[in-house]
Formats: sequence, structure tokens, C-alpha cells
Amino acid sequence: MTRFILSRIAFGVLVLFLLSVFVFMLFYVSPSDPARIIAGDKATEELMAQIRSNLGLDRPMTEQYATFVGNLLQGDLGYSYRSSMPVSELVVSRIPVTMSLVFGGMVFWLAIGIPIGIASARHPGSARDRFGQGFAIVGISFPTFVLGMLALYLLYFVPTKLGFTLFPPSGYVPFEQSPLEWAWHLLLPWLTLALVVAAVYARLTRGQMLEVLGQDYIRTARAKGVDERRVTYVHAFRSAMPPLVTQLGIDIGLMLGGVIVIEQVFGLLGVGSLAVTAVAMQDRPVVIAIVLLGGVFVVISNLVVDTTYALLDSRVRTAAR
Amino acid sequence: MTILLDVRDLAVDIPTEDGTVHAVQHVSFSVNEGEFFGVVGESGSGKSVMVQSIMGLVPGARTSGSVLFRDRDLLSLAPEQLRSVRGREISMIFQDPLSSLHPQYTVGWQIVEQIQAHERVSAKAAKARAVDLLDRVRIPDAAARFDAYPHQFSGGMRQRVMIAMGLSLGPALIIADEPTTALDSTVQAQILDLLGEMRSEFGTTVLMISHDLGVLSRVADRVMVMYGGRRMELGAADAVLCGPAHPYTAGLLRSSSFNREPGTPLVPIGGRPPSLLAPPEGCAFRDRCPDAMSICTTKPPVRHYDDGTEVACWLESTPVEPEPPVLPPPSLIATGDDAIVTVDALRLAFPQRRGEPRVVLDDVSLEVRRGETLGLVGESGCGKTTLARAIAGLVAPTAGTVEFDGAPTANLDRAQWRDLRRRVQLVFQDPFGSLNPRRRVGSIIGDPFRIHRLASGAERRAKVQDLMELVGLNPEHYNRFPSQFSGGQRQRIGIARALALNPELVILDEPVSALDVSIQAQVLNLLDELQRRLGLTYLFISHDLAVVRHVCDRIAVMEGGRIVELGTADQVWNDPQQPFTRRLLAAAAPEIPREPRERRLLPPTGSAGAHADRHHAEQLAVEVAS
Amino acid sequence: MSILPKTPAAAASASTEVQARGSGRLTLTRLLRDPASIASLIAILLIIAFALCAPLIAAWTGHGPTEQFRETGLTPEGIPVGPNPEFLLGTDQLGRDVLVRLAYGAQVSLLVGVLASIVASVIGIAIGTISGFSGGIVDTVLSRTMDLVMSVPFLLCAIALVSVLGPSLSLSIAVIVFFSWTGLARVIRGQVLALRHREFVEAARSLGASRTSIMFRDILPNLVVPIIVYTTLMIPAAIVFEATLSFLGLGIVPPTPSWGNMLADAANGSLYLVAWWMVVVPGGALLALTLAFNLLGDGLRDALDPAAVSKGKRA
Repeated sequence: MTRFILSRIAFGVLVLFLLSVFVFMLFYVSPSDPARIIAGDKATEELMAQIRSNLGLDRPMTEQYATFVGNLLQGDLGYSYRSSMPVSELVVSRIPVTMSLVFGGMVFWLAIGIPIGIASARHPGSARDRFGQGFAIVGISFPTFVLGMLALYLLYFVPTKLGFTLFPPSGYVPFEQSPLEWAWHLLLPWLTLALVVAAVYARLTRGQMLEVLGQDYIRTARAKGVDERRVTYVHAFRSAMPPLVTQLGIDIGLMLGGVIVIEQVFGLLGVGSLAVTAVAMQDRPVVIAIVLLGGVFVVISNLVVDTTYALLDSRVRTAAR
Repeated sequence: MTILLDVRDLAVDIPTEDGTVHAVQHVSFSVNEGEFFGVVGESGSGKSVMVQSIMGLVPGARTSGSVLFRDRDLLSLAPEQLRSVRGREISMIFQDPLSSLHPQYTVGWQIVEQIQAHERVSAKAAKARAVDLLDRVRIPDAAARFDAYPHQFSGGMRQRVMIAMGLSLGPALIIADEPTTALDSTVQAQILDLLGEMRSEFGTTVLMISHDLGVLSRVADRVMVMYGGRRMELGAADAVLCGPAHPYTAGLLRSSSFNREPGTPLVPIGGRPPSLLAPPEGCAFRDRCPDAMSICTTKPPVRHYDDGTEVACWLESTPVEPEPPVLPPPSLIATGDDAIVTVDALRLAFPQRRGEPRVVLDDVSLEVRRGETLGLVGESGCGKTTLARAIAGLVAPTAGTVEFDGAPTANLDRAQWRDLRRRVQLVFQDPFGSLNPRRRVGSIIGDPFRIHRLASGAERRAKVQDLMELVGLNPEHYNRFPSQFSGGQRQRIGIARALALNPELVILDEPVSALDVSIQAQVLNLLDELQRRLGLTYLFISHDLAVVRHVCDRIAVMEGGRIVELGTADQVWNDPQQPFTRRLLAAAAPEIPREPRERRLLPPTGSAGAHADRHHAEQLAVEVAS
Repeated sequence: MSILPKTPAAAASASTEVQARGSGRLTLTRLLRDPASIASLIAILLIIAFALCAPLIAAWTGHGPTEQFRETGLTPEGIPVGPNPEFLLGTDQLGRDVLVRLAYGAQVSLLVGVLASIVASVIGIAIGTISGFSGGIVDTVLSRTMDLVMSVPFLLCAIALVSVLGPSLSLSIAVIVFFSWTGLARVIRGQVLALRHREFVEAARSLGASRTSIMFRDILPNLVVPIIVYTTLMIPAAIVFEATLSFLGLGIVPPTPSWGNMLADAANGSLYLVAWWMVVVPGGALLALTLAFNLLGDGLRDALDPAAVSKGKRA
């Protein structure tokens, strides 16, 4: 199993390397001139040349890349062209918002999606199943930003106009400042995220559970006199879990790099909204940093998934002994 | 004798997309305490659905009738009450022990779970009991194996674990659903012996289901024969198996290879089982019965004989024995000096990622003589299929040579390869897997013509229809998909495809093991007839020694990648030299003695046999003979 | 060596005389028996008709898709007007007719959704079959490539890419294709790997069939079901992807209407809080279209793969 994990780590490093080449190349070939962005429209040619030289943009591509990676490995992501703040500081300040959004949302989507999927699979064809499937297909079809805007309109704007406030409009309150405010401000984004994602989990859970419930060992468990709850959760759900864990890992990994749409709609200043701003402003170092950070999250979560997967499967686990 | 399980008029209907499947139709029987009760039937006879629905294990099934077990009707118990019966008073053992055990939990955990589902015992006590049980079903080093997962056991050991689990609460009844079908024959025998021992040791009653008459004749006290969801015959095992009173039982025995003289053609039951969606009025076996009379369109009475046999049939005499089919004389006589295939010191090893390469074939030498049928027998994983593929030239050997008609089959150029592909053909085991489900039968059988560019258009179609005729398929079904044929018909399609190019050697890889006994006989007879007419040479691979002895001239026994014994069928069967061959033989189904039996038909009692006295009021002596 | 059919349903079909029915007709009958599939098929056809009629609608209303009606389409305070006889579905922040823009936007959504899905599925099928069928080093390289593409934070990369190269319709399609083909490729590869070891492939090989013949005659026909279902389900995903890019200002360049940038207009300055139709109309259309494709995909899967039905939906 150690071999397996080592090979996964090597693959993760490869992913990050290629990703860094990708973003680097992307900006290297970019027609826009960073010096112009930093110095503004009225800058003289000399000033811009000066800036280019300071940034090392006049050196050959490989050298630039080497410097870039060298700095990267020392944790130096450069300075934002726009705010002149260190990029690392800028990005790190946004991570708590995104993490709060993702992990809070995860609790909701798991709590909504998995029970719906299990209930559907236990009584396929029943009214409960049809409801669950309907929920799932609507959720999967709902574009996140439409749902978010509708939620804001119906749950924030309409009540506020009618004189009672259910939810705050937007913004983020740090957890350490006030846990209650934190949760209250995040509740609508959480629910929006959760409804869309829960649909995926409900479908996945249902499909997996249906397959597992048709297995011979489920019949054995029933023949043993194990009660139905235990059959469902201890026997069937145990086997249905690995694909769910995989999906969860993929989702978390992708989302930690920025829940772009939800952050945009709810005005949360997370990594994703930083990315959108940076892209709009052509703030190259920030974009590079966020893409790489996203890559790191994906690689780490894949690693966690692979390890969990191996631990969940007795066949993989025992093969290592 | 007290009755432990009393099934009265049980009917099971299962709604499906195509309509309601009447899987079990008004079946009654009772199992006495302490006996070994066998239920035999082919696929679609409803035997499995019947026992599983008794236990409430068939989702969506609608049941009627009653199943009395210790004065309770299992069919009308509340779910929670039924649950407390399951596993504690009645436990079940299933066909495939690998898929029937949860792959993600240790076997110990699974046994402990069953104990704790019904009794309040400490984890420690439960574990001690589980280890003791594993020990009693003779799993070596039981305490250490407690923490092993199912995939770490062999097939036979897994079934022992299932039996240990089934016995864990000392149930009154064990229902074993094809418990040995997925196992090798030598392991099969061990498991049957174990079941027998456990029955005497624990005083448990056993209800065992099997498609295999040979297996049941070995262990059962009483046997019930099912067909088309109905009970055909019920009685003491030796009475039913030695002197069948129902034409179906008689037909089943006639089509079993273990029960016939080698070399004589089998007498198959023609036709196909009835649809369970629309079961026929009257007798379900009517359409295939050689004794069918006009009265058979009405529901047959249950006749009682003085030896306890009960038969649902209008027939009052011994079932007739149809003449075996007459086969043409062979067009090619095998001789010792005309080898079509010569295998010399063949070795095949697959490299493994770590450690030693896995040796699949080890120094194999043999020859296949033109015109003969050479049997290749061995248990799963012995290398017999790999050897066949090597002979066909589909896998390259690591060392040694295979010569076909004097020319080596390795390192062929394109033309030689295509030529070899015409002269050697394969028929596969799985009639479901070997035909592409998305292509029409005409295109499947016509494939050889297309691939070798030998015929196209109307000519190809005509040739394909000739082939279909040859193997006994209706040529009008040219445009159907494989899923629209039964298992036996599909195997005929595979045979037709193999014969398209007039091959010299046909390799038959377990051609009948996925088929029901009565269908097996049809296919075996077809193969025999084709060989005689077309002068084919067969390499017949099987795990079933009885079938091999029946069809083969010579037999090669394989074990662990080697040929351990090679001789004529008679030599191997009557005078085995190797211990492994002896074990195989011992495990093969025993021959059933077929002495004539005296038995008397009893007068009808009650309403069940109201019509029985229509022809003969007085007792009728029936001599049952074969 | 399974003697017993696994399920009662299998036992039933094994013992049933099956009539000679074409599989295509069977699929159609099953599909037409499912009201959700019919409804979604009708909805899709209506939206296609709506998109095709966009110029007619523009002519009928007399409003061009980018024409601004600052007099009639905006209140004196500069707020869009709601649905009224002149503007059936209201106007946007520049006084443009939402109905006309919706029709032109439908063209974009359908074009991007269908085109991107088809291209991605062709690439996915090609890579998946080559990978599964070749095995060895080719398979390793290709499946690693799939892993690689799948472990990229795609939305971040997409916006970085678009920000550098500048938004355009073709770039949107390219980006969607690039991040969508892997799913189908994986499914196909898995299926091919499984099919490769089926006996009928071995049978074809033993008859002397060439690799191309095996590929096209024996393996591909068995992939039709996953391909149709997966491609159908890819369309709504691509539509939402495009709308998301446009929503973030990285898709279709304004003033060309697309549902995504119409919604972006609505979100801009939270305008939709006073002009609900700006979000409800394009949002509803988007939802209807994706829902219809998802329902159709599900219906197709059930109709093409009856085994899944008897196991699931209608057991």
C-alpha cells in the first residue's frame, strides 16, 4: 500500500508541475502587458521597461520559469500588480471564507443527499422514491447562480421588503468573532450549495445502494435474521460508500480552489471571487497563485481519497500485509 | 416421525415488467424432523424462489397457501417475528459462498453478527462460539482465521464458513440452496459429507435444493421433483431415482450422462420448459412428455403408491422409454498414427509483477488423433482452458511446441494465421457470453464467411440458413437477436458458427456445463451426430467426469498445469492410476442402481385424487422397471 | 457456472418465449410509455423552435436583440420595465426586449451545448476505445492523461484561459470540450476493458477477425447505450458550463445575448431585486432546458437498458 500511496504522490507532483507550466505559459504568451497594467495608461516607455526589468520579464522564458518555480518553492508568490500586497497574504486571507463555505455546505449536502438516496433505494418505485428522484433531477438541472439569485430574492429581499429580516444580504463574519453570526451569514450560501450538490449525492447513493441491495450477501444478511435497519446501514451502505468517498474528495478538492459562482452571487470574499476579480484586472500573479492553490487542494484531496479508498476495501488493505 | 415444515398449497407470484411470473404453483410437501429432504429441478422450476419466499427473501413476491413451521405459519408472520425465525430456527446456505459473504467484513465478524442478532451474549462469548464453530466445520487454525476476510479463503473453505454460520444458533432446519454447485467436484463431495455430519451432530433437518440428480441421490432421504413451478413427484430418494413414476423424472434420468452407458446416445427430453408467465392448463410437462394423453390437458391427480411415492400424473403405468436416436455411422475412424495435433513439452508461464512467474502449463505433451474425441478433465484453475487456447494457437507458449497437421502454430505469418483460424474452431462454455448480444443471429453465424471473405449477400444467407438447419435451429429465426433464444439454442448457434468453415478440429470448452440436464443431452447428441456426419475431431474440455466419460474416446486428466493421466475412457474410468483421478472419480456422481421395483398404486383418498379411480377402481400393481 | 438465474425476473425472461421484436422499436415503445420522457422531448423541440424563430420574433415585435428602447423600455428613473403588452417579458437595464434576447440566447445555449457535447463525446469515444483496446503503454499514457485533466481545477483554469485569450464563442466551446471528454472516455474505457474479455470477442478472434473488425463489429455496437445516454446527459452540463462562463463575463461577449450574460446583467448591482423578470425569465428557460435534457437522458437510459429498470425504477 505504501507503494500505491507513493505512486499517487508522484502523480500529484506531476499534476502540479504541469499545472504550473500551463499557467506560466498562458501568461507568457498573453498579449497583454503587465507593465502597462501596473504603470497605467499614461506611463512612459522607460518606466515600463524599468518595470519589465524589475519583474524579470525581459529575460528568456526558461529562466523566467526557473525563477518562478524557485520563488514558488520558497513560498514567494510575488506581489499583486494591483494592490501591491504579497500574493500569498492576499490569497491566504480569503481561504477561511471558502473553507467555511465548503465544509459547512458539505455537512448540509451529505445530510440531505445521502438519506434521500438511501430512502429511494430501499423502496424503488414508491412515492418516496419518485419524490427523491424528482428532487435529484431538479437539483442537478438547477444552475447554481440561478438558484442563488432566487434564494436571495425570495428569502432575503421579499421578506426584508415586507418588514422582517430572515437573512442578512451578504458578507462574511469570521467564526472567531461570532459563531452565530458566522453561521447566520453563511446559511443561505450553504443551502444553495447543498441543494445543488445534494442532488448529485442522492442519485449516486441511490444507484450504489440499489446495486448493493441486489447482492447475494444482502440476502445472506436477511437470512441471518439481521434487522432491516442494520442490513441497510451496516451491510449495504458500507459497500456503497467507496464511490461516495471518491465523489466527496473530488468535490471538496475542486471547491476549495474557489466556489466561484456562489461567492459571486452572495458577495462572499473568498478565493473564488478573488480569482474573478484578479482575472478581470489582469492581475497575473494572483491568478497564477489561485490556480496553483486549486491544484494543490485537488491533489491533496485525491491523495486522501485514495488512501481512504484503500482503507475501506478489505481486499486492498489485506493485499498489503 | 414429526413434521417440522409443512408446506400446503404454496403459490408464489412475482410481478415483473413482462407480466406476472407464476414461479410456484400450488406446491405442497412436508419435511420430517431429522431427515435430509431434497428438491430437484431444472432452471425455471421455481425451486429456489419457493424456499426463498418461505423465508420472505423474495422482494415483491405475492404468496398464498401456508407454510407451517412449529405451529406457526411463516407466510403470515409479522416481519419482526419472521426475522427472529430466520437465522435462529431456520438458516440458509446459498450457492455462491464468495458473493454470499460480505466482502468487507471478516468471517468472524459475520458469524458473531448472526449470534448477536438473536441472543444477548458478550462479544467475547460470541467470538468463542464462532471460533468453536469454525473449528467444527474443520477450518484449520480457526482462531487465526476468525479475522480473515472471505476473499482470503478458497471456495470450499468459504462454504464451510457459510455452514458454520448457518449452524451457529443450532437451527432446527437448514435450507441449502445449491450449496455445492459453484464448487469443484472433489470439494463438492467434501461439503456434502460435512453437511451430512453436521446433520447427525447437531440433529438438524436439511432441506437441500439442487439441479443435480447425482448430488441429491448421494445424500437425500426423500426427494421432490419440480418442473415448471409445480411438484411432479415426491418420494423416498431411492424409489424416485431408481424407479421414477413420473415421465419427467424418467426423462431427466435418461438424459443424465452419469446414468447411461458410455457410447450409447442419451435420450433427451425434446422441447423447452413452459413459460411461467402463462403456465399451461393441465400438466406442465404435457408438451414434452412421451406418454402424453388427451386427458393431460386437465389438471393431473396426485397418485399415491404404497412405497410412499406421490406422483402428479394421469399415467398409471410405468413411463415408456423412448428409443434412443439412431446415429449415422462415423465417417472417420480414429487411428493411433494419425495425429492432427501434437503438443510437445508445452510450458506456459505468465510473468507476475513481483516474484516468480505463474506457471499455468507445465511440460504438457499430448496428441489429438484425427476423428477422435479427446476429453480434457480437471478442476477450475488446472490450466485446461489455457491448454485449449494454446492448441488453437490463440496464446503463445513460453516453451515447447504445438503442431497442427504437422506444422507449428507459433510465429505464423498472416496467411498461415488465417488458415489456422479456418481449420480450428472453438465452442465456448457460456452461451450467453459467447454471442454478441447486439448482433443478429444471421450475422453471428455468417461471421466466418465475412471474415474470410468467402461468401456474401444472398449466398452467405443461404449458407447460414443451411447451418441453422444442420444444428436444429429454425432458419426463419435468421434475424433474431441472441437474447431471443434459450440457452440450449444459443449453444447451437455457437456450434453452427464453429462449423461454418468446415473445420478439422473443434475445441469444445465446457460446451454443456451451463445448460440444464435435459438440454445438455440434446446438445451432446447433436455434437455426436455432427462428428459422425462431418468427420470432425473434438477436443472436449469439461470439469464433469461423467459427461467426459460419456462422449470421449480418450481422456486426459489435468491437475496443476500438468497432465497426470492419459488413457482410453475405459482405462481411466475403470482403472485409474493416479490418486487425483481416483479422487475425481469418487466425487463424480455414483451410478444409480436401476433394478425394477414392485410398487402398488393406492386408491385415491380425499378430493385430491378424485379422478384417479376413473379407469381402475381396484388397486393396481405397477411394475416399475427400466 | 451459474445454473440458477440470479433474479426472479431473469428466471421469468429465461423461461419466456420472446417474440421477435426489433430493439429499436422496443426502445421507442418504452420511451413513449414514459410521460416524463415525452414531456422533455416536447420541451426540447419547443425550445429549438423558439431559437430558430428568433429572427421572426424580432421582426414580429419590431425589437432587435441589441436594440435599446430608452424611452419605452425604461422608467424615468432608468429602471427596466416589467412584462407589458409592448415588452411581453419586460426589458433589461438598457431597455432591451428580454423576449427577443431570450430567443437569440437560446441559439447560443443550444449551439454550445449540443456542439460541445458532440465534439467532447467523439473525443471521449476515440480516446476511451483506443485506451481500453490497446492496453499496455498506450493505455497507461492515455488514462494518466485522463486523470490529469480530471485533477485540474477546471473552472479556475477556464477563467484563467479565457481571461488571457479573450472571451469568444469558439473558445467557450473549446474550453467546455477540453474539460468534458474525460468522463465519457473513462466510461468507454471501462466498458471496452470489460468487453475485451467477453467470450464473444475471443470467439471473433478465434475466427480470425482483425482488430479493426473486432473493434467496429463486436465492441462498438455494445457501447451505443452508454454513448447515447452519456452524450445526452453531457448537453445540459455543457449548457450550464457556458451559462456560467457568460455569467462570469467570460463567455459570449456582450451585447450578443446569451442566457448566461442576461443573468449576469440581472445580477449586476443586484438589479434583479427590483426587476425579477430579468432573473426569472432566462433562469427559468435555462432550468427548463437542462431539466428536459436530464429527464430525456434518464428516460433513454431506462428505455435502452431495461435491466436497470427492472432493478430500479419499476421493480
